[in-house]
Amino acid sequence: MSSEYDITETLDVKGQSCPMPIVKTKQAIDDLEAGAVLEVVATDSGSMSDIQGWADGTNGVDLLEQVEDGDHYIHYVEKTA
Amino acid sequence: MSTDNPPASVDDADREFDAAELQALRERVDDLESSMADLDDGDTQKKMTIVATQGSFDMAYPPLILGSTAAAFGWDVVVFHTFWGLDILHEKKSKNLKLSAVGNPNMPVPNALAAIPGMDRMATRMMEKKIDENGTATIEELIDLSIESGVDLQACQMTIELMDYDEDDFYDGVTTGVGAATALQHMAESDIQLLV
Repeated sequence: MSSEYDITETLDVKGQSCPMPIVKTKQAIDDLEAGAVLEVVATDSGSMSDIQGWADGTNGVDLLEQVEDGDHYIHYVEKTA
Repeated sequence: MSTDNPPASVDDADREFDAAELQALRERVDDLESSMADLDDGDTQKKMTIVATQGSFDMAYPPLILGSTAAAFGWDVVVFHTFWGLDILHEKKSKNLKLSAVGNPNMPVPNALAAIPGMDRMATRMMEKKIDENGTATIEELIDLSIESGVDLQACQMTIELMDYDEDDFYDGVTTGVGAATALQHMAESDIQLLV
């Protein structure tokens, strides 16, 4: 899968279900510097709605894009602050 | 006529404030602005209180999932565990929580069969297997995650004594020595309050 983003780190949460994709994404984002882009690769279809809801309700993150690729749901989250 | 007060509306429009009045107005505006700013600050971090009263395998999940997810949102989360809910925080008992087969209309067996010794254990095993296959976190993982992400897991002191538990029986990081008043205080400040 190609991406136009400069990915700082990839988080693999394949095979994990709610709430793990969200909780792990939050932890990974906390460890990154502002401006970094986190790629989250999940197999939980609920992560499409959940990551969006989390990003909307959380300060300092911006959901750049969500891609559905077969069984994979890939999220690009930027840490803005 | 000239000594009467003129109608206020006409005069006020042209009237100039003297320095003292202006200063007083400026101070008042500053006060209002800073109290508005305080209100905004209070709104940025949401608070949630969950009261967990149930200690069965299935009922342990909702408070842990909601609590750890809310912490991922950066919310201030308290989960107050009382009565059977205390077993979720009990290091030994939490690894042995049971799904009740009796009186559970979701079970594929009638109550008469569900009451046979060992059925709870079997139902729990089946659920654990499904949870593992589905990639759902275990109760222990969720407790660790919750504590790690700053969820305040509170153990009701009255229930600890009622059940003859010891403070050392609980996971590290669990808050003990708290009661209903502590829970209510956090509830009163919370945006979300849930009873599970």
